[in-house]
Amino acid sequence: MAFDSLTDFFEMGRHGVYVWSVYGFSVVSLIFITWSTLSKRRHVQKTLRKRFKRDETI
Amino acid sequence: MNWAWFHKLGAPKWFFHYSKPWALPLFIVGCVSLVVGLIWGLAFAPADYQQGNSFRIIYIHVPVAMLAQSCYLALGVSGLVFLIWQMKIAPIFIKAVAPIGAVMALMALVSGAIWGKPTWGTWWVWDARLTSVLVLFLLYMGIIALQNSLTDLLLANKAVAVLSVVGLLNLPIIKYSVEWWNTLHQGATFTLTEKPAMPMEMWFPLLFSTIGLYCLVAGLALWRMQTEILAREHRSHWVKEEVMKHGL
Repeated sequence: MAFDSLTDFFEMGRHGVYVWSVYGFSVVSLIFITWSTLSKRRHVQKTLRKRFKRDETI
Repeated sequence: MNWAWFHKLGAPKWFFHYSKPWALPLFIVGCVSLVVGLIWGLAFAPADYQQGNSFRIIYIHVPVAMLAQSCYLALGVSGLVFLIWQMKIAPIFIKAVAPIGAVMALMALVSGAIWGKPTWGTWWVWDARLTSVLVLFLLYMGIIALQNSLTDLLLANKAVAVLSVVGLLNLPIIKYSVEWWNTLHQGATFTLTEKPAMPMEMWFPLLFSTIGLYCLVAGLALWRMQTEILAREHRSHWVKEEVMKHGL
């Protein structure tokens, strides 16, 4: 561990606010792009499935 | 030389089947490696003797900046491949990867700005490196906008490929901006080909987070390409089989 205590770790010698906001923004961005990828995938599969089922009943 | 594999790779059906088992493992390996690199860099790497703890932003900033450029290089090359060989998979790749590249470029800009404040005393300067990366972000947004505004798929494929190729010009400008012009931005400190310019206990976490992000992005790109292939080839029999067999 490069820090003596947990408070030390969060404060990072007065750089904490910069470091943590970068990490926060990055985690949110990565979650967003992953979520949008997977939801698009689900949406396309659902739509195609519905269409194929409808075609079969005609 | 036998070029059959090259043509097969360009066929969406073939690509779909061979890339399918790779997406999830790449994504998981990427996440694990990224988390290891980030925790190591945040809590265990020693502080920088000049920058103190703000240097820990490097474990995000360098990987996302590398990805932002690598994604664009791949986009430009795909554009060329499409314009020369009309390979069907190339525009699918461009459409799938452009939004990922845009997010990477935005992350590079934001993390850089936040890092600049304690290090240079300012969030932003209009110098060559920062401006050329902003242009990279705008190129990604332009590609996405062009893609979405053209409903004619054949036209969209071609237009987006041309824009991707033209934007390649920006990449050498980004790379050499720190050498050609006076800038606040430092030169590259992370390469895989030369001896690292930093101590090993700082370099290893960066290696983990960089490789991790590459794998994570590769997994996302494959998922997005597979989705796009299903949507574009929905009239083919194999898509019907695929969707009905595996469902969600």
